[in-house]
Amino acid sequence: MNDPIILLSAIIFAPAVGALILSVFNKEAEEGMRVFALITTVVTFVLTLMLWNIFDYQDPQMQLQVSVPWIKAWNINYQLGVDGISLPLVLLTSLISLLAMVASWSITKQVKGYLILFLLLETGMLGVFLALDFFLFYVFWEVMLLPMYFLIGIWGGPRKEYAAIKFFLYTLFGGVLMFIALLMFYFGSAGGEVGSTFDILRLQKIGQGLIPGVEFDGMTQMIAFWLLFVGFAIKVPTIPFHTWLPDAHVEAPTPISMILAGVLLKMGGYGILRIAFPICPQGAQAAAYVLVLIGAASIIYGAFAAMAQTDFKRLVAYSSVSHMGYVILGIAVWKVSDGSTVGSDYWNMGMNGAMFQMIGHGISSAGMFFMVGVIYDRVHHRDLNKFGGLMGLMPLYSGLAVGIFFAGLGLPGLCGFWGEAFTVLSAWNYSPILAIIAAAGVILTAGYILWTIQRVYLGPEYKGPHPEAITPINMREFSVALTLLIFAIAFGIYPESVFGMMRESTTLLVTNLSNTVNSGLEFAGNIIQ
Amino acid sequence: MNIETLFNYLKSDLSTSLPAFSPELTICATILALLFARLFNVDRRGSLISPAGITLTGIGVAFVLSVVQLGKFTDSGSDQGSGMFTGLLLFDGFTAFFRVFLLVSIILIVWLTQLSGIPDREDGPDFFILLLGSTLGMMLMASANHMLMLFLAIEMTSVPSYVMVGFLKGRKTASEAALKYVVYGGGAAGVMLYGISLLAGLLGTAHLPEMAAQLAKIANDPALMSGPTLTTLAIAVVMILVGIAFKLSLFPFHFWCPDAFEGASAEVAGFLSVASKAGAFALLVRFCLAMVGEFTEIHATPAAMKQFNLQIGVVLGFVAAITATFGNLAAYSQTNMKRLLAYSTIAHAGYMLMAVSAMMIFLSLGDSNGAKRAIEGLLYYLMVYLVMNLGAFGIVALIRNEIFSEQIADYAQLAKSSPMLAVGMLICLFSLVGIPPTGGFVGKFMIFAAMFDAAEYQPIMYAVFVVGVLNTVFSLFYYLNVLRVMWIVPADESARTAEVPLASRSGAFVAVLSIAVIVTGTIFVAPVQQIAEQVTRLVSS
Repeated sequence: MNDPIILLSAIIFAPAVGALILSVFNKEAEEGMRVFALITTVVTFVLTLMLWNIFDYQDPQMQLQVSVPWIKAWNINYQLGVDGISLPLVLLTSLISLLAMVASWSITKQVKGYLILFLLLETGMLGVFLALDFFLFYVFWEVMLLPMYFLIGIWGGPRKEYAAIKFFLYTLFGGVLMFIALLMFYFGSAGGEVGSTFDILRLQKIGQGLIPGVEFDGMTQMIAFWLLFVGFAIKVPTIPFHTWLPDAHVEAPTPISMILAGVLLKMGGYGILRIAFPICPQGAQAAAYVLVLIGAASIIYGAFAAMAQTDFKRLVAYSSVSHMGYVILGIAVWKVSDGSTVGSDYWNMGMNGAMFQMIGHGISSAGMFFMVGVIYDRVHHRDLNKFGGLMGLMPLYSGLAVGIFFAGLGLPGLCGFWGEAFTVLSAWNYSPILAIIAAAGVILTAGYILWTIQRVYLGPEYKGPHPEAITPINMREFSVALTLLIFAIAFGIYPESVFGMMRESTTLLVTNLSNTVNSGLEFAGNIIQ
Repeated sequence: MNIETLFNYLKSDLSTSLPAFSPELTICATILALLFARLFNVDRRGSLISPAGITLTGIGVAFVLSVVQLGKFTDSGSDQGSGMFTGLLLFDGFTAFFRVFLLVSIILIVWLTQLSGIPDREDGPDFFILLLGSTLGMMLMASANHMLMLFLAIEMTSVPSYVMVGFLKGRKTASEAALKYVVYGGGAAGVMLYGISLLAGLLGTAHLPEMAAQLAKIANDPALMSGPTLTTLAIAVVMILVGIAFKLSLFPFHFWCPDAFEGASAEVAGFLSVASKAGAFALLVRFCLAMVGEFTEIHATPAAMKQFNLQIGVVLGFVAAITATFGNLAAYSQTNMKRLLAYSTIAHAGYMLMAVSAMMIFLSLGDSNGAKRAIEGLLYYLMVYLVMNLGAFGIVALIRNEIFSEQIADYAQLAKSSPMLAVGMLICLFSLVGIPPTGGFVGKFMIFAAMFDAAEYQPIMYAVFVVGVLNTVFSLFYYLNVLRVMWIVPADESARTAEVPLASRSGAFVAVLSIAVIVTGTIFVAPVQQIAEQVTRLVSS
C-alpha cells in the first residue's frame, strides 16, 4: 500500500468500486446496501488516514507524485499527487462523506440508486483534490455533475427539479469557461523540450516565468485568470454567481446539503489556489483588488441575506455565501507597491486563514445543515418563526446544535474563529477599509446566528406544527453531531493541527507568487495607461 | 494506344482493383442472395434460412475482408493509396477505415432490427436489400475519387434511404416523410450535379487529384483568374457543398431531417443519423482535400488559391456554428423523442463540421500537423457518435416496442420499471452533451482543441469556437429534460410501463453500446485515438 499510485488510486476509486458492487445488490436489501455503502466510505476514510500518515509535513513540494500516460498523443497523464493544500481537503472530503453516509439512513426512497450516486460523487470529489493533470482535474470536476443533479433532482424537496437544473447549468457554464482556459494553457505551453502539456505543476512554472523560452504573456494570463476565476467562483460561490446555492442547498436532502456545503464549495477555493493563482499570477495580481472587493461584498451580502430569511435551511445556505467570502478575501490580499510584494507574511497569513476557513467551514456548515435536517425530519417544516423551546424538548440535540452554530459564528475556541480572524487581519494590511467592512461581517454573523438560536432553541415553548413528533435524537444522529462538534472544538483550541499540515505549502506558494510580481506589475501598469 | 495495350492495362487494373473491391462485391453478392432466397421461397417462416441470417453472414464476410485490408494499411505504415478502376475510386487507409466503420454500424442496425422486430420476416429481404444498397453507396462515397463517382455514390445512398424512410407502409406520417425527403433530396442532387458540371467544365477534369493542379494553373494566370472564372468557381463549389450539406442536414438544408426521422422507424432514423452522416463526412473531407491538392505541394500553391481555401474553411466554420446553435435551440420545444434526436443530429453535424473547417484553415496555411489533428478529431467523434447515437435510437426503438409511444412525456418513471434502459439512455445522452467520463467528451475536446488551434491563424474562428463550447451548455437542457422525465417526473396510473430486464437480448444490446460509450471516454481513449491517428496519417501521407 505504500506505493503511491496504488494508494492514491485506491482512495479515488474505492467509492466507485463500491458503487459498482452495489449495483448487483437486490433492490429490497436496503439495510444491507446502506451498511455496505457505509463500509465503503469508512474504507475510503481509512485510506486517506494512511495517506496522512505517510505525508511529510516538512516538505512543501508536491508529494507522492505519480504519473502514468493516459492519452499519449495529447500528452495527457493520469497524474496525481498531494501537498499541504490538498491533503486537508482530501481528509475533509472523506470525513464529511462518511458522516453524510451515516446521515443518509433517513433516505428511504430508491435507496440503491441514492447510494450508488452518492459513492460516484465521492469519487469525483476526491479525484478533483488529487489530480495534478488539468485534463484529469476537469474530468473529475465534471463527473460530479451527474450524481449531484440526480441526488438533488430525485431526493430533493418540493422545488427539486428547478434547483437541480439550475445547479447543473451554472456549474456546466463555469466548466465551459474553465475548458477554454484549459485549451489556452495547452496550446500556450508548446515549446521547450516537453511540448504542450496539461501538467499543472509545469503550467504553474510556465505561468510564473520559471521556464525559459515558454511563457504565458500578460494578456493570456489576464483572460485565462478571469475565465478560471468565474468558473471557480460559481462553485465557491461568490456574489454575483451565488444564486444557484440557496436553491440547491435548500432543496437537496440533508446528507447532500452537508456534502454540498462541506466539500463541493471548497473545490472552488481549491481551484483558485491550485490553478487560477499559480498559473496566472500576473492576471491574479491585476485582479487582486476586485477579488478582495468581491470577497468582502460576499461576506456582507451573505450575512444580510441570511438575516432576512425565515427558512432555517436557507439561512444556513446564505451563511455559506458569507463564510466563503472570507476564503476569497484571504487568498486575494496580495499587496504590491513599488514593484515588490509588500508584507508577504500577511498575505501568507491570509492564505493560511483562507485554507483554515475552508476546513472550518466544512465542519461547521456540514454540522449546521445536519442539525437543520434532524429537526426537519421530525416536524417537517423549517419556518424559523414556528420553532422555539427546543432546548427543553431535545436538550442533547439543542446543546450540540448550539455548539456547532457557535462554531459557525466564529467564536474563539471553535473552528470558525481562526479562518475569520486570520483573513480579516491580513486584509488590514491590504486595505484597512475593506478589512473594516469584512470585520463588520463578523458582527452580522453573530447577529443572525444568535437570533436563530434564540428563535429555534430558546423561548418558552414550541409553537409550530407536529409538536408530538419531537423526540430526542437517536444514537446515529448523536454520533454524527458529536463527531462534528469534537472536530470543531479540536480545530478551535489546537489550530496547529490544520496549520501545521498546510503551512509549508502555502508559504512556498506565496513565495513563488511574490517573485513573479515585477512583471505582473508592469503589465498592470500598461493596462492602466 | 491500340486495343491490346488497352486490354492489358484494364487487365492489370482489374487484377489489383477487384481484390481491393472485395468487401463491396460481397455486399452485392449478399443482395443477390437475398433476392434469390425470396425467389425460391427458402427464407419464409419456418425455414432455416432467414433474411437477417443471410444479411449478417454477408456483412460478416465483408467486415472480415475490410478489417484485413485496413490491417494491411496500418501495419505497413507508409502505404500510399492506390486508384481502383482506372482511378475512379481511391483505395487508401481512409477508404478502409470507413468501410469498417460503415459495416460495424449496419451490423449494429441489423442486430437492433432483430430485437425490435421491424422489419418482420416477411418484409425482411426488402428492408435488408435497401439497407445493404444504401451502405454500398456510402462505401463508395468514402472511396470516391472522381466527381462522377461522388454523385453516383450520393444517389446510390439516397434512393434506398428514401424508400426506407417510407418503409412503414400503412402509416401516413411515414409516407409523408418519405415524400418530403425525396423532393428535398432530388432538388439538392440537381443543384449538386449542376455544380459538378460547372466545376468540371471550368477545370477540364472531374478527377479529384487533378482538380487542384488545374485550379493552381488558373490561379497562377492573372488573365484567367478574372471575374467570370471566380464567379463560376465560387458558384460551383457552393453548389457542390449544398449537395453535401443536404446529406449532412446542415443549416439551412436541414428541413427534411426532423420530418424524415419522425416518420421513419427509429431503426432507420438511427441508420440515417449515423451511417449516412459518416459517409457524407468522408465525402466532404475527400472533396476538401481535392480542393487543396497534395499536402506536399502546399508551398507551391498560389496565394489566390490559399485564400480561396481559407475562405471555404471560414464559411464552413460559420455554417457549423449556426447549425449547432440552431439544432440545439430548435430541440428545446420538441415533444417527440425522434424529432428531438433529429435536431440533436443536426447540432452534432455542426460540431463535426467544425473539424472540417479547422482542417481547411490549417491546410490553406500549410500546417499539415494541425490538419491531421482536425481529421483525427473528426474520426474520433464519428466513432463515438456511432455508439452513442445508435444507443439512443436503439433505446427509443426498444421503448416503443413496450409502450407503443415515442412521446417524451410517456417515458415517465421508466427508471423504475426498466432501469437498464434508463441507465443506457442516461449514458448515451450525457455523452451527447459531452460530459466526462464519456466518449462524447473526448470527441468534443479533440474537435474544439483543433478549432481553438486553428483560431490562432484566423482569429475570427474564436467566435466559432466560443459558440461551439457554449452550445454544450445550450444542449444540456433538452437532453436533461428527457432524463428528468425518465427519473423524476411521476407517472400516470394508467401509463404503460416498459419492462426490459438487463439479462435479455435487448439488455445485451444496450449494455454493449453503453459500455462502449463509457470506455471510449476512459480507459480506451488512447487505443481509439490511435486508430484515428493512424488512419489520418495514411490519408495525408
